Amino acid sequence: MLIKLWLNGEVVRDHIDPDTLLLDFVRKHGCASVKRGCETANCGLCTVLLEGKPVLSCSTLAARAEGMHVVTLEGLQDEAREFGEFLADQGADQCGFCNPGFIMNILAMMEELDDPDDEEVKEYLAGNLCRCSGFVGQMRSIQAYMKYKKGGA
Amino acid sequence: MERMNLENLNYVNRPVRKKDAMSLVTGQPVYMDDIVGSNCLIVKVLRSPHAHALIRKINTEKALKVAGIACVLTYKDMPQTRFTMAGQSYPEPSPYDRLILDQRIRFVGDAVAIVAGKDEKSVDQALKRIKVDYEVLEPLLDFHTAKDNPILIHPEEDWKSLAPVGADNQRNLCASGLEKDGDVDAVLDSCEYVVEGTYHTKACQQAMMETFRTYTELDAYGRLKVVSSTQIPFHVRRILSTALDIPKSQIRVCKPRIGGGFGAKQTVVAEVYPAIVTMKTGKPAKMIFSRYESQIASSPRHEMEVKVRLGSDKDGIIKAIDVYTLSNTGAFGEHGPTTVGLSGHKTIPLYGKAEAFSFRYDVVYTNHMSAGAYRGYGATQGLFAVESAVNELAAKINMDPVTIREINMVKEGQVMPAYYGETNTSCALDRCMARAKEMMGWNQKYPAKDMGDGKVRGVGVAMCMQGSGISGLDVGSATIKLNDDGFYTLSIGATDMGTGCDTILAQIAAEELDCPIDDIAVHGVDTDTSPYDCGSYASSTTYVTGQAVVNACRKLKERIGQYEAEHPGMSLKDIANSSMCGNTLALEVTEMHSSPVSPPPFMVGMAEVEVDKETGNVELIDYVAVVDCGTPVNPNLARVQVEGGLVQGIGMALHENIQYNDLGQMRNNSFMQYKLPTRQDIGDIRVEFENSYEESGPYGAKSIGEIVINTPSPAIAQAIYHATGLQFRELPITPEKIAMGLLES
Repeated sequence: MLIKLWLNGEVVRDHIDPDTLLLDFVRKHGCASVKRGCETANCGLCTVLLEGKPVLSCSTLAARAEGMHVVTLEGLQDEAREFGEFLADQGADQCGFCNPGFIMNILAMMEELDDPDDEEVKEYLAGNLCRCSGFVGQMRSIQAYMKYKKGGA
Repeated sequence: MERMNLENLNYVNRPVRKKDAMSLVTGQPVYMDDIVGSNCLIVKVLRSPHAHALIRKINTEKALKVAGIACVLTYKDMPQTRFTMAGQSYPEPSPYDRLILDQRIRFVGDAVAIVAGKDEKSVDQALKRIKVDYEVLEPLLDFHTAKDNPILIHPEEDWKSLAPVGADNQRNLCASGLEKDGDVDAVLDSCEYVVEGTYHTKACQQAMMETFRTYTELDAYGRLKVVSSTQIPFHVRRILSTALDIPKSQIRVCKPRIGGGFGAKQTVVAEVYPAIVTMKTGKPAKMIFSRYESQIASSPRHEMEVKVRLGSDKDGIIKAIDVYTLSNTGAFGEHGPTTVGLSGHKTIPLYGKAEAFSFRYDVVYTNHMSAGAYRGYGATQGLFAVESAVNELAAKINMDPVTIREINMVKEGQVMPAYYGETNTSCALDRCMARAKEMMGWNQKYPAKDMGDGKVRGVGVAMCMQGSGISGLDVGSATIKLNDDGFYTLSIGATDMGTGCDTILAQIAAEELDCPIDDIAVHGVDTDTSPYDCGSYASSTTYVTGQAVVNACRKLKERIGQYEAEHPGMSLKDIANSSMCGNTLALEVTEMHSSPVSPPPFMVGMAEVEVDKETGNVELIDYVAVVDCGTPVNPNLARVQVEGGLVQGIGMALHENIQYNDLGQMRNNSFMQYKLPTRQDIGDIRVEFENSYEESGPYGAKSIGEIVINTPSPAIAQAIYHATGLQFRELPITPEKIAMGLLES
């Protein structure tokens, strides 16, 4: 089937099998930041924005994105860099494999929640697994980033 | 190395940002599946539904007819040279007990056939069309009955063990042995207090976020080029050579960025499958393990049952330690003979006043998936047992478990008979304990506090050690080269798997060469060009390869000095540029390093839990850890190692469990059933360092990577004991077990 969607602001038209997953579709179209960590929608590595909302692309059919705007970290490079500096300054980037999905969800959280406390942050990001950092350094980087965004520096 | 003043350093002992950080956080295509061409065969494996079987017949005709299929390989197509997938230096202690595909099937998930085709769909279809006629055999699933069981996992005559590890395939023994000092029974008899317990740790998955994966192709010279997510590129080359029965000269292994390893990728789990496809078809091929495959057919922690007998005098001085470990290596012997050793070698030496010890072990084959290397490597299992036993001894003699450790712990300068007779050259374990006690508020919280709402808080403690590389065996190398305008390239064979060793080694080089760290370009690993390194495992990289970097940089400085003497008055930039004309003095040095000793890092962990007596739910309120890793070369990265390792240890203590049903099918085959800790499962985790200075390490460094996983299981078990009165000797300690225990008590 033929689908048309906007991937990081560019129109993409492609013939796909009906069971093509959005994850495989965006990787095929150059968005290698989107990773597969499981097949059961448990790890959060494949998080992309669909019409501005975070979804797991491993359990979203590409056909469902027909006519919609899909954004991956490739389309949010400035934002990724801005938050990423804080993650890097904690050394919590580690192997990096979970970083893109994690950062996508942080950027979505910043849009959706107004000044979340630590528990709200943990709840929002509960679906983003990381096996390297133990989450603690990630939390420090989020706290520093939110302070910076509020102008606290 | 002489003692350095750490105050005056520019890069070492400083929280330098990882050199690859910005590319990782912006999602650049740097991992195996991001960098290989899309025009390659997709490789998948048909996996056995039976735990133990022989293949009577296998029909691949219909599978081969699926459009796009390039090959369907069975045991009949395989080289007949047995090998081990364990990434260890040759001759490996792990037995040569595998073929790429074998007629005998040894666990549910064992490889039966290899299919390669143009895309996933065709390969999936072909997999379904392979018809296998199995002679189903009775499986051996209980590791307690494996030794001398009439069911043999490896009856084959060409099974072989290359090292004297007490292996015997006719007895299902992958290894066995006995080490002792003094008469442990006699000393135990003379003890005022004796405790005895059997402690059971389960297999756990490393569960790195990037699953096992490998790409292979024939390069312009017709050699097999392997791009693999591995911790052990040089071992991969050697192992593939044996498995494929081709010369080592025909293989080149490259390591891209790695999405986590934790020991899992110290085993050649995926490499053989695409490699044999490329050799048979001449075409590029890749195999990417699904999470399901990574769960059921990989290299998890060895399940162990550890029996401990401990004896002390009336004052709590521990006089004798007796350890017997039964380890389940599963269907194959990867890392079986070596992991078990650590269950004694990294536990008994902690107690410096013991007059006698005995350490016996058996490592047995069963019809579970093969175990492998996982952070902690046997020490973790042994420490759950010995540290729990020490806690039980403290309870028996009504002594504070911190006190019993303070009066017994090994001290700096002591000889450790159960640790290869090495001297404890650097040790701040006493300071770690004092600081942890202070941070936890131990004296106020010990042993427990009733919160009045059906909830009780308890605290627990454990201490531990690990090694820094394998003494007299592990080898690290570094090549440092001066380039145009005076920048350096540092080539290493050590494998950064996210831990940051590329950066840490560059920090050491920048310190030695007194240059900005951006003037050090790091390259690793390509077995054709990198200097030899056994790989990143056994907590060896900073300590062993780090020292190779120091030595290489110092030699290069001498060389540059030599050049300067002949060409006086030149800046480094001028030297670098002019050395590229009319010069025969190579401004490039390779140094290899190996250490005759493996100085242990030390650590203390303390847990505070809140147990809901109604439901058995455990909330980890606080975890305090104080570590002596010598000098932390990069305090940020060291800290994240500790935090990450603790959370893996917490998972092992409370959630993670590999379970088999009566048919030998693994039940925890996805992240639905296999419970990794999430960020909501952990409370405060507070980490500090109390550094000793290890003179044989670079800038006083020891290791950090593995030790960090060891304390949570015993510390949390004791905290739960203090909260509930229930002593758990089997992991994980689930709410169900606690609730049932409370009902019975």
